[in-house]
Amino acid sequence: MANYKMHILVCGGTGCKTSESDMIAHNLRSSLQQHGLADDVQVVMSGCFGFCEKGPIVKVLPDNTFYVSVKPSDAATIIEEHIIKGRPVQHLLYNDPATGEKISESRKMDFYQQQYRIALRNCGFIDPENIDEAIARDAYQALGKVLTQMKPQEVIDIIKRSGLRGRGGAGFPTGLKWEIASKVPGEEKYVVCNADEGDPGAFMDRSILEGDPHSVLEAMAICGYCIGASQGLIYIRAEYPLAIERLKIAIRQAREYGLLGNNIMGTGFNFDITLRYGAGAFVCGEETALIHSMEGHRGEPTFKPPFPAEKGYKGKPTNVNNVETFANVPAIILNGAEWFAAIGTEKSKGTKVFALAGKINNVGLIEVPMGTKLRTVINDIGGGIKNNKKFKAVQIGGPSGGFLTEKHLDTPIDYDSLTEAGSMMGSGGMIVMDESDCMVAMAKFYLDFTVEESCGKCAPCRIGNKRLDELLEKITEGKATEEDLSLLRNLGQVIKDTSLCMLGGSSPNPVLSTLEHFYDEYLAHVRDHRCPAGQCKALVHYIIDPEQCVGCTACARACPVNAISGERKKPHVIDQLICIKCGTCVEKCKFNAVLVQ
Amino acid sequence: MSTINITIDNKTLQVDKGTTILKAAQKAGIHIPTLCYMHLEDLNIEHKPAGCRICVVEVAGRRNLAPACATECTEGMVVNTHSLRVLNARKTVMELILSDHPTDCLICPKSGNCDLQSMAHQLGIRKIHYQGEQSTYREDTSPSIIRDMDKCIMCRRCETMCNEFQTVGVLSAVNRGFMAVVAPAFEQNLDHSPCTYCGQCVAVCPTGALTEVDHTNQLIRTLADPAKTVIVQTAPAVRAALGEEFGLPAGTLVTGKLVAALRRLGFHYVFDTDWAADLTIMEEGTELLDRLTRYLNGDKSVTLPILTSCCPAWVKFFEHQFPDLIDIPSSARSPQQMFGSVAKTYFAQMLGIDRKNLVVVSIMPCLAKKYECTRPEFAVDGNPDVDFSISTRELANLIKQSNIDFLSLPDEDFDNPMGESTGAGVIFGTTGGVIEAAVRTAYELYTKKPLPRIDFHELRGLDGIRQATIDFDGLKLNIGIAHGLGNARKLLEDIRAGKSNFHAIEIMACPGGCIGGGGQPLHHGNSTIIKARHKAIYLEDSNKPIRKSHENPYIQKVYQEFLGKPMSEKAHHLLHTIYFDRSKKSFVVTQE
Repeated sequence: MANYKMHILVCGGTGCKTSESDMIAHNLRSSLQQHGLADDVQVVMSGCFGFCEKGPIVKVLPDNTFYVSVKPSDAATIIEEHIIKGRPVQHLLYNDPATGEKISESRKMDFYQQQYRIALRNCGFIDPENIDEAIARDAYQALGKVLTQMKPQEVIDIIKRSGLRGRGGAGFPTGLKWEIASKVPGEEKYVVCNADEGDPGAFMDRSILEGDPHSVLEAMAICGYCIGASQGLIYIRAEYPLAIERLKIAIRQAREYGLLGNNIMGTGFNFDITLRYGAGAFVCGEETALIHSMEGHRGEPTFKPPFPAEKGYKGKPTNVNNVETFANVPAIILNGAEWFAAIGTEKSKGTKVFALAGKINNVGLIEVPMGTKLRTVINDIGGGIKNNKKFKAVQIGGPSGGFLTEKHLDTPIDYDSLTEAGSMMGSGGMIVMDESDCMVAMAKFYLDFTVEESCGKCAPCRIGNKRLDELLEKITEGKATEEDLSLLRNLGQVIKDTSLCMLGGSSPNPVLSTLEHFYDEYLAHVRDHRCPAGQCKALVHYIIDPEQCVGCTACARACPVNAISGERKKPHVIDQLICIKCGTCVEKCKFNAVLVQ
Repeated sequence: MSTINITIDNKTLQVDKGTTILKAAQKAGIHIPTLCYMHLEDLNIEHKPAGCRICVVEVAGRRNLAPACATECTEGMVVNTHSLRVLNARKTVMELILSDHPTDCLICPKSGNCDLQSMAHQLGIRKIHYQGEQSTYREDTSPSIIRDMDKCIMCRRCETMCNEFQTVGVLSAVNRGFMAVVAPAFEQNLDHSPCTYCGQCVAVCPTGALTEVDHTNQLIRTLADPAKTVIVQTAPAVRAALGEEFGLPAGTLVTGKLVAALRRLGFHYVFDTDWAADLTIMEEGTELLDRLTRYLNGDKSVTLPILTSCCPAWVKFFEHQFPDLIDIPSSARSPQQMFGSVAKTYFAQMLGIDRKNLVVVSIMPCLAKKYECTRPEFAVDGNPDVDFSISTRELANLIKQSNIDFLSLPDEDFDNPMGESTGAGVIFGTTGGVIEAAVRTAYELYTKKPLPRIDFHELRGLDGIRQATIDFDGLKLNIGIAHGLGNARKLLEDIRAGKSNFHAIEIMACPGGCIGGGGQPLHHGNSTIIKARHKAIYLEDSNKPIRKSHENPYIQKVYQEFLGKPMSEKAHHLLHTIYFDRSKKSFVVTQE
């Protein structure tokens, strides 16, 4: 094995890969080759660093220099300047937005300072396609400890004492789930990893699988040992080709090392893992639907009980946990239940990974201790709202999470506080909205998603969500009445109250929470036929302020339907009958003369 | 079994562990409305997808409402079945279902017999507050069944019947969300699928989504045609169920009134399929004995068991699913088709008319019979042996349309020569009946001795799979019986695996046999109705003066005058058939 003096980590997450990080790595390697440094410096494609806003990320070790927004053409500079001459490339360093200073170490950046990484501990540190790197960072140590020194119940007790709760959304205590599955008699049991991450914009699980697949494999084996299962299944969506590829490599390497398969580490314990591919149905994240899908049936939920622990895959006792939940397990075994339980709040222990997105400066993947305030996440880690606009709302928990507002910003992020505030933890989507977002339109956006993703089994979800969506459409078009608002509220509550699974049980949340917190905005649409945020096309008009217009003709030239007329150097006018409200004129005007009313 | 204490609507009661809220409430005299739920208790079919959410109730301490059909009682549970929250939710969900359902009740074939309509009435729906787009689908017409999926409410009962009970696997939910609907694979037409047309999907459909192809107008036109002689045959199970359509209790035999009604409708001759059933026994019984004797004599070319072949859904089932076994079933045609071919030859000659001017109509408890009479092998020069078949339900409608006061009709007798039947012909209408009828005749033909007893109770009952050994004077004949194609599949798989030790097996596709057929008056989930019809069939049998097919004088006559003897060349030509491998070509995906 070559003894490298330096390592260059290039983010190999899906986001950075689409920004040509493969090319960056390739160029780095060929530049090293050119300079005869190929044996001294290793280029590694790592998992996601999280700071996607600034991707592609390149990190140089051992000096910990963190380069942002790297382009393939920067590769030669990094080698020539940094590697050969020892001078960090200034223009690729992160610029602190507050002080304007260049920061070269990630831990000094606001984005990383308040994070605490357990589930993401290895993401961005190791080559996920090399088991040795994972092992160098303690992978499979917990499995070794469990198999050689502990009884299944002792392991379950540790997980129970740690307070770990399911990270897939519902927050069921993991240790208890394992205990139930362990006590159900049965020769044939299954451990299932739910990697059917379906929330729009969420990529927590994908990043873990892409960046540190062994953490999940190890935890599944530990779970198998605890509940008495020798077979594990990972249900992963086929749209995650990179995660699938890395899982396949990881499984193969783990088998080669005797860490999966028969007689693991010579202990006589057998456990192997196979992959099952999902076709991208959101509802298959629900565990009964997931199991039916794996069995080759239509992916739709069935009534619980029986719970999968009693009657799951192929009718056998089955324990289903989400990717992030599993990723926490080895760390808990190695560091102890008390270590984990010391992090977070009274009822929500440890950390939670979020995919931070929307109108926020630092879009990316973050992991924070439970109990961290929303304000900290949005203002410090997220770097505040984009373009200096005003914060309006944050939507947590995927498409069926509720909207939280300014007054909720000091809510600690934990299962119970979020539920109490009218949202939910969900699997970790967090989308920030600013003053230019119409809350009715946003609610409709999410409803569109659930209407599309409802499996259609139960009437309230199948038809109710469609009717909710239609009512919202009516409102955004200014055709609704105040009676429609009460119908909307009633329908939302009934869908929540009567749906078969949590898809329908939570799908009206965006509507109900915006009705509660932004009722005035609904009323404005209904009573005044006005969209205060200016987002609902049917309700806004584009007009040119003659005071501001200098007659530059930029808008008239850009207008795709020739709706704007006027002489040069004289105020222009938009013909409302022709205008299609595309907004091009607003973008083109340098004088803020186009008003949206 | 341990018991649980619960409170429902302030009534406390004790129920067995595992009891659902719905069943517990019924015990307390509280009838929680249900829509998708269906429990055919005597047939062991329980369908509880918990999908419609009409049966939701409030359980103290629970976050959301619970579906009573699927939620088991727990100790100390406090349930409210009609709180404001429950009533509002139930009505809102009902309005949602109705908002995606055509409101053309006035002209719907299911009007007056529709579970959705009744539920809307029961819940007092007066306005649909949530109006919007409706999901619409292409209508699909097959020889037996019409699918108008605009009316599907996704109760999935048809799916349970098709997949779990019949194991035919044609119907399942397709699409997602608002466009989710039950359909054959790739939303193909039924006639491009392995559908057997058993009609059990129609029998359980709560709305007008699945209905039979209606031949009543064709019948009315035919009866009005002076150039035609129109004769009718009526299957045994019809007389045990038709009365239900006129308010009589299930299990009332209306044979005499049925004959009278058919005569008043204008049929020139009213005959009985039971007569043809006796004829079937002569052929099938002889074939059984022939195969059995050759088998016992060591003829290696003979395979046993012999399987009955009266049920057209069953025939189509094995043609699709067990094409490797198509030489095992008896080659005897079904009674409907035997009747048709004899009528259009023997009887047409008797009348001295061309077969084209003789129209044979059958009244059947069955929808697959509609398909069966369209099979090309049952036609001569394009003229079918049976022109068309109408169901018990269609007949009831026609009687009502024709202003016939059914209940006050006198009892009348069938016409001859094809109306006289024995008790053996009657019991063809229920599971176990065909084989019992065959045993009554085969025993006497084989042993040349009179039967020591006529009733074979060991062959009767409603268990899905039954078996009995009948002593043929020293020869122990192992007999298997299955009703429901899922049960049939189990017996066939045993045969395929070489594990079957039966000599003869009777199979009927529908639950309870023909009495539970897809064309019968709707049972609306009440399986006691099927049980009552089952009893009625055996009552009719015991009332008959002759109870063995070979003793039917008109059967003896037809052999003397026309057919010769059982399995003669003429009998072979007119009364036997061949089967087709439908395993591959049935699955042709066509472009829309």
